[in-house]
Amino acid sequence: MKEKKKKKKRVIPGFGLSLGIVTAMLGLIVVIPLCTLVIYSAQLSFSEFISTVTRPRVLSSYAVSFRTAFVAAVIDAVMGTILAWVLVRYEFPGKEIMNGIIELPFALPTAVAGISLTHLTTTNGWVGSIFYRLFGIKIAYTTIGITVALVFIGIPFVVRSVQPVLESLDPQFEEAANILGASSGQTLRHVILPEIFPSLIAGFTTSFARGLGEYGSVVFIAGNTPYKTEIAPLMIMSELQEYDYASATSIALVMLLAAFAILFINAVVQSRASRIVSGIA
Amino acid sequence: MEQRNNKTEAANENYLELRGINKAFQDCHASRDVSFGVKKGQLVALLGPSGSGKTTILRIIAGLETADSGEILINGKDVSDVPASKRGVGFVFQNYALFRYKTVYDNIAFGLKVNKWKTKDIRERVNELISLIGLEGLEKRYPNQLSGGQRQRVAFARALAPNPELLLLDEPFAAIDAKVRQELRAWLREMINKVGVTSIFVTHDQDEAIEVADEIIITNAGRIEQIGSPMEIYRNPDTAFVAEFMGHPTRIDNIGSFSGFGQLGSEYHAVIRPENVSISKAGETLRYEISTEEGVVERVLFRGREIDLWVRIHGILVQGMRKIEEAPVQEGEKVRVFIYRAYVFGEDQKVQIIGNSLINTEETVII
Repeated sequence: MKEKKKKKKRVIPGFGLSLGIVTAMLGLIVVIPLCTLVIYSAQLSFSEFISTVTRPRVLSSYAVSFRTAFVAAVIDAVMGTILAWVLVRYEFPGKEIMNGIIELPFALPTAVAGISLTHLTTTNGWVGSIFYRLFGIKIAYTTIGITVALVFIGIPFVVRSVQPVLESLDPQFEEAANILGASSGQTLRHVILPEIFPSLIAGFTTSFARGLGEYGSVVFIAGNTPYKTEIAPLMIMSELQEYDYASATSIALVMLLAAFAILFINAVVQSRASRIVSGIA
Repeated sequence: MEQRNNKTEAANENYLELRGINKAFQDCHASRDVSFGVKKGQLVALLGPSGSGKTTILRIIAGLETADSGEILINGKDVSDVPASKRGVGFVFQNYALFRYKTVYDNIAFGLKVNKWKTKDIRERVNELISLIGLEGLEKRYPNQLSGGQRQRVAFARALAPNPELLLLDEPFAAIDAKVRQELRAWLREMINKVGVTSIFVTHDQDEAIEVADEIIITNAGRIEQIGSPMEIYRNPDTAFVAEFMGHPTRIDNIGSFSGFGQLGSEYHAVIRPENVSISKAGETLRYEISTEEGVVERVLFRGREIDLWVRIHGILVQGMRKIEEAPVQEGEKVRVFIYRAYVFGEDQKVQIIGNSLINTEETVII
């Protein structure tokens, strides 16, 4: 029963080369820098590490970061889906321009966004003065301001992940639901939402993770009051300015783990969705 | 649930009636003055080549498209302004349009849930339908974990779940491979009879229409060409289009030049089908020897049940056939062809069936 092992030939050429490039790129740009985080943090003992990352001021900065990033991601998910819906379903003049503007937060230096948002939303600014006079709400230099900046940064993630799915959504799904007696609200909830749900989660988690790490636009609008409006990335920066690399990387490591956790949730949702759609039992 | 069953109506009145339906899209006129009626419990096929407007008619009946003019009556009531969700019509889409993120059970239950059925009634109805379509044990599967045939069954059950009195099927077998298609045709026919729902299905496959439907409506370029039973449509086509659409036709311009049809002028054209001709080898005795045409066999195709032959006569390639038990014919061989009857039409495109003048006139059917 001796059988010669047949070498399986791949149909698409260049597998070895392309895999090599991929691992090299991932290694150089993603894995090695992240590993140095762990190595730097390892300069501290475990108890030192714990005490560094659980200092009250650091803890409250996590709280600020998570709260604002989460709220911003929720707002992005809702508004981004509506934006994507409008861009896909309706025809109106200026649609192409609007479609292009969506990407601006990607292209703009985040500091520019931070400065302009701050100017707008201070109690003297255009928008800020209205809110302050009418509702007594301060936007700039509060967590609301941070959330506003994060909504701005995160919205393209949701729009760009939901939009293509809506575009390729077969109109027959809606017709089928309609003929079965569903109202448009029921169709939206039971037919369209499940279809876009995986992409919505993808957009939500990436904008959430992005919000956790956002620095440039937030520092201007946050005001950086200790225990109130200090975000975790700012804590990292301030440790760095004191040349305390070990502390900085320790806090960074915590943020990294948080980001991993969020992206892991996304991966679970995506793989479940693709299992259902691809039909592998 | 609204009460749609009106027993007082005369039994032979049309359950569904279309009157003068017109529909134009930007670049084409999809329906032109379409009128027909369907009786309760009938299974009707809308048959035509692609682009002939048959799916548009189906979508107008369902309420997915609005007609530019004309009336649609279901059970005697004008439903032109009733939205699709309130028409109480079942629809099976060509690609089924099953909800991908819902299980088989939830797909079938969807129409009941949105109509606010009680959970217990939903469970009862869905289980009943699942056993009807024979998919017990697959309730928890997702549509993409099913075969094409199973998906079609689920789509069928989903459309039937809210008890529609009219079921519309858009090319129900198009997405299924040939072997399974045969089984499904018989299955669908049986199911529709069992449920007793009035049904209309769209197809471009004449075999499908002939096999499944009680009545066939032939569409062409947005117009209805003919309505009739499968046998009527096949045997007595009204128009040149129908004659050329059904069977395996050969078109013959100037039929008058053919032996046995000399009484017809040169303005008459005709369609003949393989079953209308007999092909005999030289030396075989023939009843109507005088009235045959000589031709050369160009192509021989073994079909299993019979042998298809293409014979060139007067420059026209005529399709005929011979039985397996008859002496074989070679390509290039000279044969004699006798045409029993032809579907003859002139300028007005109206078909009359004209038998070979040599056969007794009593065998000739003229419409």
